[in-house]
Amino acid sequence: MAYALSEVISLYPITPSSPMGEHADDWAAAGVPNLFGEVPDIVEMQSEAGAAGALHGALQKGTLATTFTASQGLLLMVPNMFKIAGELLPAVIHVAARSVATHALSIFGDHSDVMSVRSTGWAMLSSATVQEAQDLALVAHAATLTSRVPFLHFFDGFRTSHELSSVTPLEHEDMAALIDTRAIEELRLRGMSPDHPDVRGTAQNPDVFFQGREAASPFYREIPGIVAHAMEELAQRTGRRYGLVEYVGAPDADRVVVLMGSGCGAVEETVEVLRARGERVGMIKIHLFRPFPSAELIAALPRTVKRISVLDRTKEPGGVGEPLYLDVRAALDEAMDAENPPFAAAPHVVGGRYGLSSKEFTPGMAKAVFDDLAAEKPRRHFVVGVNDDVSLSSLAWDPEFTAPRPEGELQAMFFGLGADGTVGANKNSAKIISDGTGKHVQGYFVYDSKKSGSMTVSHLRFGPQPIRSTYLITAADFVACHSHGLLDRVNVLEWAKPGATFLLNSPYPVDEVWERLPDPVRRTLVEKRVELWVVDAQRIAAEAHMGTRINTVMQVCFFALSKVLPVDQAIADIKGAVVKTYGRRGQTVVDHNIAAIDSALAGLTRVLPVEAAVTGADDSASVRDFSDASRFVREVTSVLIADRGETLPVSAMPADGRFPSGTARYEKRAIASEIPIWDPVICSDCGKCAIVCPHAAIRMKVYAPEALAEAPAEFPSKVFRSKELTGHLLTIQVAPDDCTGCGLCVEVCPARSKTEARHKSLNLEPVLEHSDVERTRWDFFQTIPELDRSLLAHNTVKGAAVLEPLFEFSGACAGCGETPYLKLISQLFGDRLLIANATGCSSIYGGNLPTTPWSANRQGRGPAWANSLFEDNAEFGLGIRIGLEAQQRAARTLLHGLSAAVGEPLADAILGATQADEESVFAQRERIVSLKERLAVLSPAGNALARQAAQLNVLADSLVRKSVWIVGGDGWAYDIGFGGLDHVLASGRDINVLVLDTEVYSNTGGQASKATQRGAVARFAASGKGTPKKDLGATGRAYGNVYVAQVAIGANDVQTIKALMEADAWPGPSLVIAYSTCIAHGIEMSTSMTHQKDAVRSGYWPLYRFHPTVEEVGEPLTLDSREPSIPVSEFVNSEVRFSSLARSDPDRSRDLMKLLERDAAERWRYYSQLAGVHRTLVSDGVEDEPEEDGEGADGSAPAPAVATDREVKP
Amino acid sequence: MNPSAVDLTTSYLGLTLRSPLIASPSPLTGDVDSARRLAVAGVGALVLPSLFEEEIVAEELSLTAALEAGAGVNPEATNYFPPVEGATLADRYLANLERIKSAVDVPVIASLNATSVGAWSRYAELVARAGADAVELNVYRVAANPQFAAADIETADLELIADVCAKAKVPVAVKLSPYYSSMAHFVHQVIGAGAAGLVLFNRFYQPDIDLETMDVECRLQLSTRVELGLPLRWIAMLRPQVPDSVSLAATSGVHEGKDAAKALAVGANAVMMTSELLRLGPERVAGVETELRSWLAEHEYDSAAQLRGSVSRVTAEAGEAFERANYMATLRSWVGVGAGPGR
Repeated sequence: MAYALSEVISLYPITPSSPMGEHADDWAAAGVPNLFGEVPDIVEMQSEAGAAGALHGALQKGTLATTFTASQGLLLMVPNMFKIAGELLPAVIHVAARSVATHALSIFGDHSDVMSVRSTGWAMLSSATVQEAQDLALVAHAATLTSRVPFLHFFDGFRTSHELSSVTPLEHEDMAALIDTRAIEELRLRGMSPDHPDVRGTAQNPDVFFQGREAASPFYREIPGIVAHAMEELAQRTGRRYGLVEYVGAPDADRVVVLMGSGCGAVEETVEVLRARGERVGMIKIHLFRPFPSAELIAALPRTVKRISVLDRTKEPGGVGEPLYLDVRAALDEAMDAENPPFAAAPHVVGGRYGLSSKEFTPGMAKAVFDDLAAEKPRRHFVVGVNDDVSLSSLAWDPEFTAPRPEGELQAMFFGLGADGTVGANKNSAKIISDGTGKHVQGYFVYDSKKSGSMTVSHLRFGPQPIRSTYLITAADFVACHSHGLLDRVNVLEWAKPGATFLLNSPYPVDEVWERLPDPVRRTLVEKRVELWVVDAQRIAAEAHMGTRINTVMQVCFFALSKVLPVDQAIADIKGAVVKTYGRRGQTVVDHNIAAIDSALAGLTRVLPVEAAVTGADDSASVRDFSDASRFVREVTSVLIADRGETLPVSAMPADGRFPSGTARYEKRAIASEIPIWDPVICSDCGKCAIVCPHAAIRMKVYAPEALAEAPAEFPSKVFRSKELTGHLLTIQVAPDDCTGCGLCVEVCPARSKTEARHKSLNLEPVLEHSDVERTRWDFFQTIPELDRSLLAHNTVKGAAVLEPLFEFSGACAGCGETPYLKLISQLFGDRLLIANATGCSSIYGGNLPTTPWSANRQGRGPAWANSLFEDNAEFGLGIRIGLEAQQRAARTLLHGLSAAVGEPLADAILGATQADEESVFAQRERIVSLKERLAVLSPAGNALARQAAQLNVLADSLVRKSVWIVGGDGWAYDIGFGGLDHVLASGRDINVLVLDTEVYSNTGGQASKATQRGAVARFAASGKGTPKKDLGATGRAYGNVYVAQVAIGANDVQTIKALMEADAWPGPSLVIAYSTCIAHGIEMSTSMTHQKDAVRSGYWPLYRFHPTVEEVGEPLTLDSREPSIPVSEFVNSEVRFSSLARSDPDRSRDLMKLLERDAAERWRYYSQLAGVHRTLVSDGVEDEPEEDGEGADGSAPAPAVATDREVKP
Repeated sequence: MNPSAVDLTTSYLGLTLRSPLIASPSPLTGDVDSARRLAVAGVGALVLPSLFEEEIVAEELSLTAALEAGAGVNPEATNYFPPVEGATLADRYLANLERIKSAVDVPVIASLNATSVGAWSRYAELVARAGADAVELNVYRVAANPQFAAADIETADLELIADVCAKAKVPVAVKLSPYYSSMAHFVHQVIGAGAAGLVLFNRFYQPDIDLETMDVECRLQLSTRVELGLPLRWIAMLRPQVPDSVSLAATSGVHEGKDAAKALAVGANAVMMTSELLRLGPERVAGVETELRSWLAEHEYDSAAQLRGSVSRVTAEAGEAFERANYMATLRSWVGVGAGPGR
């Protein structure tokens, strides 16, 4: 609807609204016309604030414009939303409503975002189903044109935005019928034009602003009528009838629940069940929320209503109640105050919260709300859906209560692994069933929070009736488990209904299957009389050259067992879908799929239970061990890891969102099918494997031989070759249950057997053959003490690889190109590291529950990590730095004051410490230990200095030098956070910025950023990005006092290490731009280091370090890569992001490739020239901190920064 | 004799070419701009780079793998690319062929690099439809499987050739490797299978080893004039054996006008060039043509046709030298360490 009814669409990606923009961009790239026969102009902006600004401008010009957003994105639009509404500019913003980040970020659905903009003056229209989202989108576009008031059309993120559902589509004629073309003409005439000039956006004074604000009131009074009229026209054309407010239920109901959004489905089902039981209940579904339709609400309520419960999907802490509750109460109050009160007695109104962040909202919960309304004293501010054992606000609900399923409906659940194609196959099955049977279908897909080895659960319903159940399946007729390994992780049969069919992909021979099942599964199979069918889909797929893509095999088996379609027809349809999906790419993949489909049924076998083999014991094969974990990890994190977070009560949660570090190690996801095995004989001790491992799953330790005293038999080791350190041994060890099997370590391993070149020092081997031995070895390996950090220089690969990583086992994509950099900074500076992390991939694998890879060393020190937002990360990091410096200043002042008491030599040593290198940092840390001992002596009550001593004790650690890093992706650094980043670089402060540059918005699914190179295809650049990549480093270099480096660890690991160390050491701002290979590049991730090499060899990504210098003849820029030796085309053609354009638009591809070659040549020429440029750091001799001893606040050398106001002494 | 008056026209695969100099498959023939430059510089025809079956399959598989790698894994990103539609490698080849065909005024020959029966006859039809004037079929294989006898391989190759010749609507030249045990016998069978001409020989790029990394490396190595000997010998021997209607083209080691003259002398209808053009650019064709014309004029030939076949196994004064005898002569031509061959 939005595409068809718009001329201009401004975009910015944010989950879960991104797919709306992506579809628009795809259609525009394909030349699909809108209702008016034109292809809308799609423009991606640098942020939602930018998208709203562009929207505003397009509207002022008198064009039809729209955008899509959610959550923080919507909040960034607020200032423009006030303007647009204030100027009566007709527009629609479609919102996939999502939680606003508070104590934590959440990408899931609730109304906290839309409720935050209800004062902007936009009309607000709510859709509760997928069909409604289409229909009311049209109503919104129609009504905004007629009313001139902008509309915010919203529906629940994921539950509605991502639900697959049969809908009846609207045609262009329907749209044309509702859209008032005269209103469009008037809009155009009102648009800015020098042919009839006027001025807008004036500034007004107290004399008239208020009046002006009131002048628009009549427009708002018209809205309910206009929306109702559009709804009526829609009903005339389609038979689908909507109201501003809809009532469902008993005409004589005494209890009514009011709500809006997808939760309506569950309430409606509950109303039907309760009515069937003779209860007088009903519900009000609100569509128009602003302007609030008070009159329609009152009219819709049965006159018999006694009690009303209003449900809000948002929380307004400190408010009297949530917004909808307050509106309903006020509307009733006003109605009862009127001349003819609608009710004999005012109904009793209560309100409560449900469903925050897509929390399940089921008929059982809805029933709890109705039940409580029937109680003698209904709860006033309750929550339903969680166990609130803190404020005791929750309603208890009966999880067994369900709405009866319609006759002929099938509910199916599919447990899959992310990469196996399960979700895609299920979407495809739903379509086949819908097309083949005319049945209504519903598909909803649940993912875990990992980007590699993640579990997906597909919930599919097929039935003769429209499906209103907006909650997960709890009584499945059919369950499929697409990966045998999942049986150990989750109870896949928990939601199987008695007598259900269970399809298992099992790699074991049929006669072994039963004994291979975990005991709880066998028990459930017997107790629920579940029919077990197995197929070795892995084998069949492999034989058909399909690799791990088992989807088509499982799909065929599903159709054979579910009998939802005649199996022959289903197979023919699956083949048809295969041809449709892959046919355009050629015949081979089609042939492979067809072969897999044809052999699937022959492999499907029924397995009968062997009851004797069922024991009561729970012999789960889990390798997880929480014995050394903190209480929180044992009692909370472990529950999250077991995927049972739903069971945790409110009291289990930290109220301020702080979680312990170092928890990823407890997950033991065991997702690799092959792991690297070390051959010490060949190893050259280079450390490249450990440096490059994205998951810190391959480790290098150097240790004295005595450490092997208790080693398990045949624990591998070799003599460590080093000039600096003799008599030590070396072991390279894989963490078998944490490795993702990405193969990067093997790819970079340079040590080959003299007799068999393909045998390296590291080789991928099947995990099943090695996991037992390697687990034992890994357990022992962890007990080997870390090497004293001072024994090896850190500026070599070998020296850095030995350092303990304090970033381990992240859930990033296997082979992630970003995480090696983060691991490296954790190795180099981890025990004094503070990180501000922009939202994006790095904040997701860095901090998405259940666990975090950020960890601590044995002393308990490690990176302190926080994510604020996407847009503000540089400023957030600067704030951390400023806060640190404030603490340092306070500590120094206190120490000066206590100098005599703690001993002047110690105080002077602390205050004068330079801490230029790690050794002196360690020495300072020792001094702080002594200081604290002496402070303890001063602390007893009654001591005159007790108070100062206590204050200094709290702040003393700040006197040890810290490294503050601001980390984020290119979407942040080049686009949404660029203004802030620029400002922070200009601040002259001692901060370090690490840009993980994947040249695309990776986390939200590959949208173009200003880091995207010319010629690359990305989301929002479906026809290939036509403009070149921004030289972000230039921003830093321009200031003259910013250290800037461009690195690529796979191309030059030593240069990367050097750059990070120099950045840390540079006392002013530092900017390190790190080339990060990404799954969104369309490459085989196991070869990503080769791609990095080629990126550098071709001049696509030159390496350099810009080290500001005070020397008159200094040349700050050092080029660290050689002149291009291969053409850029050779590099880019190996990546789908570039090569796909050659398929879709060969001419454009050729033209852009030529320009890209020129970009690279020009960049190289320019950098070569810069490398010879003398540039002197301007220093006015004023020191960074007004300290008499002339050092930075933490004792480090002063920033030789250009003068700023802050630094100039009066 | 005025060099510009020498008639260079030749008949190749039933096509009349203005010059026997043909640009054989290389990046130059695959790009519209350089193809146009080749035509302007005077090539008689050009052969497009080969369409490789393996490449088509590999592209399809890697594209599918890359697109599916991140799909359906994460709630925030159902996948990472806009729909990748459009032309397959083969489609793009055909489109490029059409473009080049319309950009040049000389015959355009498509090149297919075949490994299996079936798939190629389809492409042979498609390239003809896209405007190719002829097809050059590369029969390329490394016979490393000990289970197959020489005869098995020849049979398979002939099946493939017959299949393509039957389906192609245009003449087919077969580009052979020099490694058949009985070349003359096999050539006759190739002709029997329907080939309108032979291109002798396929120059194999041999893999190299990088001694630093111990990786196997495939690098393009340009030909040298020394390599001309092999096609010269075989064309000289085959020319009298095969009917006049069957075209023979020499390829490998043609760098100068004199090289072309030699190829014509042994009986080649056409002379293919790549390395020299890659090194010096498309315009080098004009230089080679001038050299050829000058040589012909200096030696008072009216036309290339006059020279063609004048020094074959049958027509040469000591034609037997093309056979085994020349082996002995070559050995005896060595005059001493450091002196090089005695010529």
